[in-house]
Amino acid sequence: MKQYFSELYTGGKSLVEGLGVTMKALFMPIVTVQYPREEIDISPSFRGHIDLILDPEKNSYRCITCGMCEKSCPSDCITVKGEKREGEKKKTLVLFELDFTKCSLCGTCVEVCPVNALEYSKEYNLAAFSREAFHYDILKRLEERIK
Amino acid sequence: METISTLPPELIRMVISVIIIISFLFLNAIMMGYAERKIAGHVQRRPGPMEVGSHGILQMIIDGIKLVAKELVVPFNVDRTLFRVAPLLSFTPVILPLLVIPFSEKLQARDLNMGLIFIVTMGSVNVMAILVGGWGSNNKYSMFGAMRAVAQAISYEIPILLSMLAVILMCNTFSLKEIVGAQQKIWFVFLQPVAFLIYVIGGLAETNRAPFDLPEAESELTAGFHTEYSGMGFSLFFLSEYTNMFIVASVATVLFLGGWHGPHLPYGEYLGVVWFLLKVYFLLFLMIMARWTYPRVRFDQLLNFSWKYLVPFSLVNLLITAVIVKL
Amino acid sequence: MLESEYQEQNRFFLNMGPQHPSTHGVLLIVLEMNGEYVLDPQPVLGFIHRMHEKMGESRPCPGFMPNTGRMDYVCALPYNHGYVSLIERKAGIEVPERAEYIRVITSELNRIASHLLWLGAYLLDLGAFTPILYGFDDREHILDILESVTGSRLTYSYYRFGGVCQDIDETFVERTRAFIKRLRKRYAIYEKLVTKNIIFIKRTEDIGIVSPDMALRYGMTGPNLRGSGISYDIRKNEPYSVYPEFDFEIPVGSQGDCLDRYMVRVREIEQSLRIIEQALDRLPDGPIRSKVPKNIKLAPGDCNFAVEAARGELSYYLIGDGTSTPYRLKVRVPSYSNLSCLPELGRGILLPDLVSILGSFDLVIPEIDR
Repeated sequence: MKQYFSELYTGGKSLVEGLGVTMKALFMPIVTVQYPREEIDISPSFRGHIDLILDPEKNSYRCITCGMCEKSCPSDCITVKGEKREGEKKKTLVLFELDFTKCSLCGTCVEVCPVNALEYSKEYNLAAFSREAFHYDILKRLEERIK
Repeated sequence: METISTLPPELIRMVISVIIIISFLFLNAIMMGYAERKIAGHVQRRPGPMEVGSHGILQMIIDGIKLVAKELVVPFNVDRTLFRVAPLLSFTPVILPLLVIPFSEKLQARDLNMGLIFIVTMGSVNVMAILVGGWGSNNKYSMFGAMRAVAQAISYEIPILLSMLAVILMCNTFSLKEIVGAQQKIWFVFLQPVAFLIYVIGGLAETNRAPFDLPEAESELTAGFHTEYSGMGFSLFFLSEYTNMFIVASVATVLFLGGWHGPHLPYGEYLGVVWFLLKVYFLLFLMIMARWTYPRVRFDQLLNFSWKYLVPFSLVNLLITAVIVKL
Repeated sequence: MLESEYQEQNRFFLNMGPQHPSTHGVLLIVLEMNGEYVLDPQPVLGFIHRMHEKMGESRPCPGFMPNTGRMDYVCALPYNHGYVSLIERKAGIEVPERAEYIRVITSELNRIASHLLWLGAYLLDLGAFTPILYGFDDREHILDILESVTGSRLTYSYYRFGGVCQDIDETFVERTRAFIKRLRKRYAIYEKLVTKNIIFIKRTEDIGIVSPDMALRYGMTGPNLRGSGISYDIRKNEPYSVYPEFDFEIPVGSQGDCLDRYMVRVREIEQSLRIIEQALDRLPDGPIRSKVPKNIKLAPGDCNFAVEAARGELSYYLIGDGTSTPYRLKVRVPSYSNLSCLPELGRGILLPDLVSILGSFDLVIPEIDR
């Protein structure tokens, strides 16, 4: 009999306390951000898709077309092609394609590059209508940045 | 003009008040829908609807238009009559009680001398609509929801009736106008706090609102008895739920919180509706907060709570009231 | 039994289908029911089988790192930890101390994030709509902290063979300390809104009682086992990494009902905070990654490594064959064993109780199907 009333009492008190918590939260400021009307800053170490680094001294890429990134990618999404042009000692980069639909952002390519030619971009706002829009031509992106 | 003057004035008054009440119903559903989403948002530390109109004011209107424009999907192999009838059956009985509720001293569509019994009867018809809807959907989940709703409604009607009886014993009448009139000196909530609490809890259960919303328990049975309804059917169920909440809150106000009594206002006989609506919306605010705070009660615990806790308390309350009134 | 006899007995089958708001993932449970009572729940798996183990066997071992983050995405860093430690044990690679400390700090942060998500999702199943958003509010802070150092928010691939790939700096330490202080103040909210709530207690007390004997028979691990009273935690019983240096307790329940499993997880959050504090205080300087050969050859033979994920014991098993691609890679996930006791536990219970039990087991179906 005593348990009947004590349960009623503690139960009722817990319900009132719970209501107090939500009442207090009703008047607290909101913690969400109205995206896309407002935006928040991206942390500098965010991993977007990879981009070639623009070397300030050479004003060009550092890539030596060794193909290590292509070999070590677990998802087979990088394609690197270089050709040996006459009069130059090293190969020049002709094609650097990233298939972002398969990339899992593991970062192996960035680390394994011997000349540190790749970095993460900060693009997070990606949307397109077709799959081909995500087959990035990284070399062309670098050339656009050079201009 | 001649034809209008030969009509009895009572009929004109009834027609006008029915039109006003139905339009008030829709307005109320829009306001309550908006308030619920905004309150739910702020309780969860987010803003709620903000896009449509400034701070989302037009959200419910656009939602209404969207629901009306949707295709009315009738599933294969259902009983067509029952399926179509269920939303209408749930919407009609909730309009009628609004005709007897005294919004103010002179604003009452019709004062029946059995007003309270009329309201309770209409509440019971509402359960039938859920049952018809659940059965007519030819869906196991809906049937579950419907059966649970029937058991819940039946077991919570008794505490409601008993707590209403306590008030009726004190003022000797079923007519709502006279009950409000009898609260001029002191509101009944101070004389009968237990009955008020039992009535509010029972009212939450009658209208299938959380924490008693098992018939539409989202996370267990997809959407319960209104799984198969889309567009206008769903919006009629939705409307009738909000209107039911409004009726429960306004009956609680009339019986316990003094109806339209309040500090004096000019044109008091008509503007008493302001105090009435304030009290009603305060109770609705509490009901909305309860939904977003508490988890759901399990079904047998729901019935246990009614039969083992609410009914004994309301019976004892009735007994004490009867003894004190007699003395 | 004849169809007519069957129907007379009022039994029917209900599919708690692959798409359901309460099964945490793509799980089909075929329920044989009698009215509201469940007679026989039978889980059906395999809807999200993504062949992770096969991928592990067709690539050189560094290529499996992203997969580890995707098996259990809610608590991905312990999965990373298990795999790198496995290869390090197999190939005999030493890990510098600073890297070990960083691994422990980030794994424990991930464990707290996983428990906060579980708490919200469990209460969402029970019908309370607000605690999940409070939990997500706290979890956002953890995700921001982890993003600043690993670069991802959910599917991390941060550990490397021989250490971690990026160092932590002063801002990380400051933010973590601020977060610890903030979370300790938020306990009161969860306490008042959830733990003491009479409706919640009624929905979880004495429901789904798993006896210690049943737990051991089915191989349950993690908070489910500890809720039944058996104190077994890989971090204490088979210590790995630098866990022996920290002072923390293993919360244990008494009865094995849903409320005990809930309390064990809530108290584990506090213990994880203690570990993080001690690790931050003792963080040594030094390199974060040791020198590792470019091509790691896995010697023939097998190897095993077990870690304590948020859901239980996670262990990797590897058979090497001399090349850098494993011959066989097997992942033993905790949720599979936790789910397997459902047919025995769920006989004759009510449907809402089944939802409550499933929620309290903290299952993540993609890790069961891998």
